[in-house]
Amino acid sequence: MFKKFSAADASGQSILKSSVQRSIRATLLSQMNWDAETLELVWPKKEALVLVKCRDHISIYTVQGEPLFFQHFDGPFFPTLRLLQKYPSLLPKVQVDRGAIRFLLAGAHMMCPGFTSKGGWLPDADAAIPKEKAVAIFAEGKDHPCGVGLTKLSSEEIKSVNKGVGVEIVTYLGDDLWSLKKL
Amino acid sequence: MGKKKNVQPPPPSTSTLPDSIADGEGNVVGEGAVVEEVKKEGVKPLEVLYCQGELRYPIDVGCDDDLVIVCSFPPEFCEFGSSLTRCKAWLHEEHPDLFDKYYSEDALVEKTALLSTEAATKLEKDTAKKEAKAEAKARAEEERKKEAKVIVKRIERNKRKYVTSISGLEAFGIDLKKAAKLFAQKFATGASVTKTVTGGEEIVVQGDVSDEIVDMFEEANESSKESALKGVPEDNIEVVEEKKKKGGD
Ligand SMILES: [Zn+2]
Repeated sequence: MFKKFSAADASGQSILKSSVQRSIRATLLSQMNWDAETLELVWPKKEALVLVKCRDHISIYTVQGEPLFFQHFDGPFFPTLRLLQKYPSLLPKVQVDRGAIRFLLAGAHMMCPGFTSKGGWLPDADAAIPKEKAVAIFAEGKDHPCGVGLTKLSSEEIKSVNKGVGVEIVTYLGDDLWSLKKL
Repeated sequence: MGKKKNVQPPPPSTSTLPDSIADGEGNVVGEGAVVEEVKKEGVKPLEVLYCQGELRYPIDVGCDDDLVIVCSFPPEFCEFGSSLTRCKAWLHEEHPDLFDKYYSEDALVEKTALLSTEAATKLEKDTAKKEAKAEAKARAEEERKKEAKVIVKRIERNKRKYVTSISGLEAFGIDLKKAAKLFAQKFATGASVTKTVTGGEEIVVQGDVSDEIVDMFEEANESSKESALKGVPEDNIEVVEEKKKKGGD
């Protein structure tokens, strides 16, 4: 999503109406794993949320110029990877094996076997992740998440199908959103 | 969402309750109130260290556009970047404890154990290849600038009539229009930017001013002031002469 991206792709910035900001705040709390007080630390109520419209229907949301969240069309909100690394449990965790890391950092979508091999990890059935859900992508042997993804199959399907793309990568370590510290 | 199983270690606990929630008499006050206050604080973010290892393109000719690529990855991922050697040097200098954690013998053994030997060798080769590629690119750029020449040519137009052409400036990032303006001002004469037969551009100044032009480049480099002529080292300037062809009269 942010492989060939630059600030020039932003077509305009606007401060959102406070009613819209309120509803986004509620959405962020329902879609991610944190409480209002923690969100307040990241995005204080007194700070305006700015919408930066970008090409291909990507919306980036910034606070004081720092990109914090983004969204594709009306899809789920994703935290930027920098924010996710600060709060690693914001999204459900999945893990790829070490062999998949270099593909991930080249922007490739993650195939099922990367999650089901010995170094990979998926939650047990009782905590299964549905499809079309934002996830934090961790990697074998590493402490920090290195990507944010969108599940294309549920975590149980990834286990049973075990081929093809399991998780699409929306942002990863070193892509152009990572490099963009201020917008 | 909300699973507790095998999740990353929780962010550093902020539960260090202030020791001194006591009034003057040493009595602890309002226990309930304290708990509520802690809850209101929210979870502090994990502090993430970003690698400052730099791949510097060591161009010594003084152009402003030296390329510096800062790694910016959390150090555990530097092995997948394109500046591992620099990253290691930086980490060793700034965070020796982390350096040991990631690059000690033990760490390496553990890491390679995760992969088949074949895959591990491939990974190492890839890293080396990536680094070599980035370095080669840097070096080529450096070489290109080192070898590039600015030719200041004295051209005889008619008997005792000269013009001076300056070509090859593009390689040093000089703005030709601005440079031409400086020459025109300095010599109170015409200076124009024209296309050369080889597809480049050159500045043509009226009169025989080659020596003065070389001096101007030199002065620009030595001066701390901004100048459109800054960035061409003296050694890269060649002064040549083009005699009027015999019998061309
Ligand atoms: Zn690094």
